[in-house]
Amino acid sequence: MASSICLCLLRAVFLVCFVNPLIQGLSGDVNLVQDPRHRLEKNLTGLSIVTFDWHHVQTPYLVITWVFVAGLAKLSVIELNHHVISVVPESGLLIILGFILGGIVWGADKAQTFKLLPPTFFYYLLPQIILDASYFMPNKLFFSNLGSILIYAIFGTCWNAATVGLSLWGCYEAGVMGNLDIGLLQFLLFGSLIAAVDPVAVIAVFEEVHVNEVLFILVFGESLLNDGVTVVLYNVFDAFVALGGPRIDAEEIFKGIFSFVVVAFGGSFLGVVFAVLLSLLTRCTKHIQIIEAGFVFVVGYLAYLTADMLSLSAILSVTFCGICCQKYVNANMDEKSVTTVRHAMKVLANGSETMIFVFLGITAIDTEIWVWNTGFILLTLLFVFIYRIIGVFLLTWMLNKFRLVPIEVIDQVVMSYGGLRGAVAYGLAAMLDKDKIPEKNLIISTTLIVVYFTVILQGITMKPLVQWLKVKRAAHADLKLIEKLNNRAFDHILSAVEDICGRIGDNWWTRGWNRFEENYISWLLMKPKARKNRDYLFSIFHKLNLEDAVNYVSEGERQGSLAFIRSDEVANVDFKKQFGSEFTDVMPDIMVDMSNYELGIENFSVTSIVKDTIPSVSLDIHGKDRKNVADDINAHHLLQQHLYRSRKNHRHKFSRSHFSINQSEDEVQEIFQRTMRSRLESFKSAKMGVNPAKKITKHHKKDLTHKVKDFHDASFTWIAQLYPTHSSLPWLMETDAVAPSQRAQWRLLWTPNRLRRLAPMRVSTCSTDSFLMADLEEHEEKPQTDHEEEM
Amino acid sequence: MGSTNSTLLKIPNVEVLMQETGFSPAHIIRLHDRFKALDKEGRGHLCPHDFGAIKELAMNPIGDRIIGAFFSPGKETVDFHTFVKILAHFRPVDKDRPKEPNSPEPINSRSNKLKFAFQLYDQDKDGKISRDELLQVLRAMLGMQVTDEQLESIADRTIQEADLDRDDTISFEEFRKACKHKRFTMFRFCIRPGERKLMLTLCHWSSELQDQHEL
Repeated sequence: MASSICLCLLRAVFLVCFVNPLIQGLSGDVNLVQDPRHRLEKNLTGLSIVTFDWHHVQTPYLVITWVFVAGLAKLSVIELNHHVISVVPESGLLIILGFILGGIVWGADKAQTFKLLPPTFFYYLLPQIILDASYFMPNKLFFSNLGSILIYAIFGTCWNAATVGLSLWGCYEAGVMGNLDIGLLQFLLFGSLIAAVDPVAVIAVFEEVHVNEVLFILVFGESLLNDGVTVVLYNVFDAFVALGGPRIDAEEIFKGIFSFVVVAFGGSFLGVVFAVLLSLLTRCTKHIQIIEAGFVFVVGYLAYLTADMLSLSAILSVTFCGICCQKYVNANMDEKSVTTVRHAMKVLANGSETMIFVFLGITAIDTEIWVWNTGFILLTLLFVFIYRIIGVFLLTWMLNKFRLVPIEVIDQVVMSYGGLRGAVAYGLAAMLDKDKIPEKNLIISTTLIVVYFTVILQGITMKPLVQWLKVKRAAHADLKLIEKLNNRAFDHILSAVEDICGRIGDNWWTRGWNRFEENYISWLLMKPKARKNRDYLFSIFHKLNLEDAVNYVSEGERQGSLAFIRSDEVANVDFKKQFGSEFTDVMPDIMVDMSNYELGIENFSVTSIVKDTIPSVSLDIHGKDRKNVADDINAHHLLQQHLYRSRKNHRHKFSRSHFSINQSEDEVQEIFQRTMRSRLESFKSAKMGVNPAKKITKHHKKDLTHKVKDFHDASFTWIAQLYPTHSSLPWLMETDAVAPSQRAQWRLLWTPNRLRRLAPMRVSTCSTDSFLMADLEEHEEKPQTDHEEEM
Repeated sequence: MGSTNSTLLKIPNVEVLMQETGFSPAHIIRLHDRFKALDKEGRGHLCPHDFGAIKELAMNPIGDRIIGAFFSPGKETVDFHTFVKILAHFRPVDKDRPKEPNSPEPINSRSNKLKFAFQLYDQDKDGKISRDELLQVLRAMLGMQVTDEQLESIADRTIQEADLDRDDTISFEEFRKACKHKRFTMFRFCIRPGERKLMLTLCHWSSELQDQHEL
């Protein structure tokens, strides 16, 4: 608490003392950008050792200062009292902070020097947010709900625009608003700009309210896709207003409708084109991996600007660029680049969002723009709210007839309440032409008030509302343990039966598309190496091999080798850290993101595999410590905490500030590994007794390659059947006979190349020599080529 | 609809199947398509590794048990009839079924559904869930952070709460009583008009209880 107060004071002091004198100083001056070389040519009376030169650095300085201030704002908001934060959403707090800052600037300057200008917003602040949203979009979820999302986006927005505009016009005609210089078309224009649900605001609020993933994707997807409609409506009505009432005939209206098709599909198509471009680029950047991260941002931004230039929907363009390129870019790029892109994207998006909200607040403190018309403003608020609710319920009623999983009432309530307006509406309002629309200031004022109302008030009340609704619905008999267990078991059973029957995604169309995509598109856009790694079975093989390496290492450690230093908590051999870049050459480039499960790529990060095998390993090693656990265990609590979630309980996968694997992904990984391990073991126990040792008797040089080749043959047979016919899998045997030497263990640690061939080597019964012999250079290449050949 | 009739004719004993399970022709055809898609080698029956090829099942903690439920003890393959019969458990309860005293209970009756679930716990099919079997299920469904002692205490308390005749096991009757709930429908599985797709909707009661602590 003290630190947050300090930060606030610091910032206020900083602003007041530093920025304001500068602003006052320059407010009278003409802003000349002078050539630095000419600095010294003015009125030289003597050599000045140091000069103070504000003009030259003014623009970049102010920009950077504001970015800095926005960052400080976010910092102080986060550091605030915990209670305040849990009640008011972050975006609301930032707006309030913006009010304060705006007040400071206005107090010093008597005019609002810093406003959120539409060009700044649309060209510098918005693109990265949309790129971030689309890059991390859970694709499978998005596309399986795409129909619903489109219905909400298109019809919902049109409905909102039409009803709000017409109702306001009706009220105006009825005389409620007094005298205004507005016509029907202007009301419709206003309706169209206020109708759109804003992605920035939605993400900001929904992050704090945890909702199920379908609901989240519906609102989120709607907020992204409705830009197509908003842009069209806005431009159409803007043009109509300019044309004037009489000149609008059927032809113009038809052109308007047609322009929707062009704008929306053109924008999306352009985004896809840029996604293809980006994927191709990343495919070719094997040798300059250091810059490939930059391409993502550059091409994304280009997509936005190009669409805007062609008057197509820029947001749709960036959205589809991000959505389509995710898979290929993540597969093609080096793992470090992928991490860089993810981090940088989040930084930029967070920064932009903070600045947007702060500036939304600052912009309010400006006497010039405020025009108060009680009727207009209050009626707008009312209509926006009511028509959103009506629209959502109506559309959902229609959709539920066709949806596989109907949308429940509580979800509909949340969806309608979560229709937040934000900066996009303000930006569009500020772009209005004052000549054509004399009441521009009224419109801006109203828009600002609507934005504040939705973001702050609805944001504050969203969480309590959701809680109240859920608690109300819940049958809250005290459940017995067996009932809780059964609930969860039934969920799992249902998910399993759904999968067995084939879910919605498994009809002819999606299978056909998947096949097409695998054969043609991935061939074009993915690196061959990445395509290979995509093979599910192949990566399982590698993963298990790697797991064995980890187990082996810890096994050896337990047997008393002093070869490695280990922290007390975890038996974590961080292969990545130790071997660094060599490792990624040996092991295929693989990704952390669990969402790849659903995209059909089973890829795992090396480090995540290592980390995830920790539980089983460390439980063994630290078994003794655990025996001192206190007896007073609350079984109910444990069950609640640790039961694996079923598919429908997983949290939504998108968050503005976190991209690391969330808990459900960890769980899914854990479940997956346990299942695979138990499958292997069950077959092992089923087929125990077959003596595999005959494959691994001699260790002569030439036999090594022979052995390895056999091993690979065997393993690929296994791969082909998915279930191991395990008799030929040497590393699965109980390897009591293995007594690796100290030296061997040491060497194993430091030579990454061994890891891949670790498995066959491990089962030698002759302790030292096999490993030394394994290190012979000539054989290093051969297994690799066998490996490559087979694939 | 001509093609559907011809597909139906290709399936042996389809009339009997429809009568036993209560599926409509469109359902059967859809399931048949799915069966063929799973049976990649076209052998006419499914093996465990055909089920194993379904990636999402590997991410289900009790996925392997459910796979096991498809295979009757001793058999290593599942033919189409068995496949459909097992899936028939998940059909909605027919509310208007006339109560004929002599006819066997339909597969999708509430007690048969519960029996199916019970069998998932009771692997040795002795009609009771012993402490060991419960431990196995708990181990499968709980995260790795839970230690063995905690697991055992949970199992003990579960049995304690559910076991009414004090024999340290949960019999089917006790299980049934424990799952008594006013709005109990396990699964609902219906078809959209005019389209050959299966719809599975989830029951609400379990979701409410879990959502309670989600926030």
